[in-house]
Amino acid sequence: MGRFAVGQPLRRKEDERLVTGGGSYTDDLQVAGALHAAFVRSPHAHADILAIDTATARAMPGVAAVLTAADCDAAGLGPLPCRALPRHNRDGRPMPATERPVLARRRVRHVGDPVALVVAETMAQARDAAEAVEVTYAPRPAVTDPVAALRPGAPELWPEAPGNLALDWEAGDAAAVDRLLAAAHHVTRVELVNNRVVPNPLEPRGCIATYDAATQSYTLRTGGQGVHSMQSVLADEVLKVPKERLRVVQADVGGGFGMKIFVFPEYPGCLLAARLTGRPVRWIAERQESFLSDSHGRDHVTTVEIATDADGRMIALRASAVANLGAYLSQFGPFIPTDAGAKMYAGVYRFAAVHFQVRLAYTNTVPLDAYRGAGRPEAAYAVERAVDATARELGLDPAELRRRNFIPPEAMPYRTALQTTYDSGEFARLLDAALERADVAGFAARKAAARRLGRLLGLGIAYYVEQCAGGADETARIVVGGDGKVRLFIGTQSNGQGHATAYAQILADALGVPFADIETIQGDTALIPTGRGTGGSRSVPVGGVAAQRAATALIDKGKVLAAEALEAAAADVAFADGVYRVLGTDREIGLVAVARLAGPDGLDAAAAWQPAIATFPNGCHVCEISIDAETGVPRIERYTVVDDFGTVINPLLVEGQVHGGVGQGIGQALYEETVYDPASGQLLTGSFMDYAMPRAAGVPAIDFSMIPVPCRTNPMGMKGAGEAGAIGAPPAVINGLVDALAHLGVRHVDMPATPQRLWRLLQAHRATA
Amino acid sequence: MYDFAYHKPASLADAVKLLADHEDAKLMAGGQTYIPTLKQRLARPSDVIDLGAIAELRGITEEAGGVTIGAMTRHGEVAESAVVRRVIPALAALAELIGDPQVRNLGTLGGSISNNDPAADYPGALLGLGATVRTSKRQIPADQFFTGMFETALERDEIVKAVHFPRPEKAAYAKFPNPASRYSMVGVFVAKTGGGVRVAVTGAGQSGAYRWTAAEQALAGNWSPAAIDGLTVDPSGLNSDIHASADYRAHLVKVMAKRALAAAG
Repeated sequence: MGRFAVGQPLRRKEDERLVTGGGSYTDDLQVAGALHAAFVRSPHAHADILAIDTATARAMPGVAAVLTAADCDAAGLGPLPCRALPRHNRDGRPMPATERPVLARRRVRHVGDPVALVVAETMAQARDAAEAVEVTYAPRPAVTDPVAALRPGAPELWPEAPGNLALDWEAGDAAAVDRLLAAAHHVTRVELVNNRVVPNPLEPRGCIATYDAATQSYTLRTGGQGVHSMQSVLADEVLKVPKERLRVVQADVGGGFGMKIFVFPEYPGCLLAARLTGRPVRWIAERQESFLSDSHGRDHVTTVEIATDADGRMIALRASAVANLGAYLSQFGPFIPTDAGAKMYAGVYRFAAVHFQVRLAYTNTVPLDAYRGAGRPEAAYAVERAVDATARELGLDPAELRRRNFIPPEAMPYRTALQTTYDSGEFARLLDAALERADVAGFAARKAAARRLGRLLGLGIAYYVEQCAGGADETARIVVGGDGKVRLFIGTQSNGQGHATAYAQILADALGVPFADIETIQGDTALIPTGRGTGGSRSVPVGGVAAQRAATALIDKGKVLAAEALEAAAADVAFADGVYRVLGTDREIGLVAVARLAGPDGLDAAAAWQPAIATFPNGCHVCEISIDAETGVPRIERYTVVDDFGTVINPLLVEGQVHGGVGQGIGQALYEETVYDPASGQLLTGSFMDYAMPRAAGVPAIDFSMIPVPCRTNPMGMKGAGEAGAIGAPPAVINGLVDALAHLGVRHVDMPATPQRLWRLLQAHRATA
Repeated sequence: MYDFAYHKPASLADAVKLLADHEDAKLMAGGQTYIPTLKQRLARPSDVIDLGAIAELRGITEEAGGVTIGAMTRHGEVAESAVVRRVIPALAALAELIGDPQVRNLGTLGGSISNNDPAADYPGALLGLGATVRTSKRQIPADQFFTGMFETALERDEIVKAVHFPRPEKAAYAKFPNPASRYSMVGVFVAKTGGGVRVAVTGAGQSGAYRWTAAEQALAGNWSPAAIDGLTVDPSGLNSDIHASADYRAHLVKVMAKRALAAAG
């Protein structure tokens, strides 16, 4: 058992199939007789639709249908719902809903807003006809920047949201924070931008929609992060059919990062087209279409203040943010800048009071929603930048300031100033380990050596905490077949993480069956009745506990049959290593043999688990980064991560998650910039020619290690690991750059810290120095 | 892409005839710029003439002390050529910096210079080395070949056959890639040749690659990075975009020139 046990760094079960081309992504699925869909998208950021003439397009070769909002209305399609409502303003007023139709009705609100859908026999015919759809627009003034959108006189998107203010929201005790700041020995203030990013999974979005007229049933095959929420949103609210009449299937998924959780307009559009034409309809986004239609992430502008006393104790934090919502309320849109991360503005520190206020603004941009970390990276960046700035202003070592203010292990469980309870955490221990692994002691010598080579070297520390795996339950069902195969049915959805490997390790341990015989079945509403999907680093911490409990239930169920077969009382039968044995005897029967006794379908059992509270993964990132003093080009020289993910099922999978997350965090910190032209509202960074993704050469070797402090609220001690890298990296990188430039008087560097931005800072501060 | 007639002639003469016979015809070399353009429906040619089957357009030969490279020779072939590496190592090094392995395995010298993208690398090498472009009609010195952004001296029915590069005494290319596209944001090719010093700048100029004559003069009597210390680069006439404003590009021109000089030795 040991080799495949929980805690072993097993290579992924999935990889041989995936790396040898055996994967089955949406575009790989062949469906006979499928029509191809092409969307007509708005070229304007904001315009009224005066007329749509589809006559020419409909008459073109191969065209089966051209759909507009009128067709959606005639079919009774509902708008795409926002599931983050109801929410309330600070003053108690409810946040008004706004409507996001499947195809734009009377008004377009961002470049790329879908206006019409053409389906034709070939892709080329669909695109030819899409170009022939004549839409008459009357352009309106547009606004793309969230701060500009809230200024008086800005162009308005929605009558329901005067001044483009969708929500004015807060968490924490404003009065207490005001009092503490007013009386503080010192207040540090940092203004920062959490830059807008485009998720850019390797596999673009796409879907294949089919409709069976005989049963009046739809099937949607798409890449996603869970089939059940898509089924519910589409069946209950958009198509308005009983759930049983919509099957959602997700096969292999090439990355999601939160974005693929959601229902996008293309999916109901293709389902309706399939129904109206009686043919399967397939649509796969091109990369530029992805830039204009996938939900984006982040896009906050934040002011953070930290009050300190004379002893360097941080007593209060106030953060005030403007967050961009985009043109429409995406499925979780307003949840991300509010509840998703708000509690994390307390960080890992003993603040007496914390207050977070955020104003959510509509703009003429693609809607924003969850992106790896979803709200917690925004909080961690704000807090850890401000803590670093505080240390600098007080003349304290940033590590020492953190150490002085950490919540100590003996205070756990600790209720923070934002009324959430951390169950565990040994922050100082992890910080010290990270500093040692990063050889901080040798930093000064390396800095001097770099200076002689024309490079400015800086050291950045960030200590993040986040919350995972809270709230929703997960159900696991296990079937042990007479053939010895063990099948786990579960409603989480791997989009590259390696769930099948992690779950198999848990079940191999619990059931004593061979790792190779365990198969995970996910991604089909016809096979799995319920599920909450993958997001918020929850799959293994929640799904894994459900799987373990289902294994326990299965063992108990099998024990009755085993006792019968062994002619013993159930109480005298014990299970270990895959075998039931009558205590004190050598009479035994294996689990598979018991499964055969259970009947032709084998032995099965299910169990659910719902966490009462979130888990709090945390850790320390140390980034040593240099800047070419002549060109401004940054280069990460060393990168160290020490994480506490609690109990870990497979450290190799976790390390992979951290590498990917750090890569994305470095991408946000150094490369990725989403630029809308303020005048026209056009997306200027709409392809990889202008949108800089992190590349292998820009992501350093990462010294990763873990100090697990088991979670006290998770039965298996797990905390979750999927998003942490993307949360810890941005503040570590930027703190490192500020450290490199601090001698010139630089106090802050905004993301992405591109060569041009760094060069400009160097120029400005050298000139004044 | 839109529909078009596809031709794959086997000889240069046939290609020239096809080009003359079809008014809206377009030549395709390696297709690394043109195929994405077609796929995005940004071009609508009546005919596409694929030069990929014309054997006489390929190959690398040592000639008159320098190197002659056929127009359809791939960037990867130039980068790996033992001849180029021996005779003009800076040219092989430049070819190795173009695009990514996929692009280098299909993109060609002739396609690059005929397109004359202002951010392409090769125009810098041709200007910097004082190369000669051999076409189906004539020989054109590099100084006269590049006439503006995406503009060349080529006539409508003229096809690049090869480029001859004379051997420099010393040469090097220093490239500052665009962070997203990896095209040249600023690239400087320096060469010390029998005919004098040449400094060519690509990626920065609004009208494409150009020679930085002030630097050439400063280096004529003092081939060293320090020789251009006193020079400043005027940002007017330089490109400005979200990645680099004209003043940043102007700064980088000098920095890259000094780095190229240091590398050339």
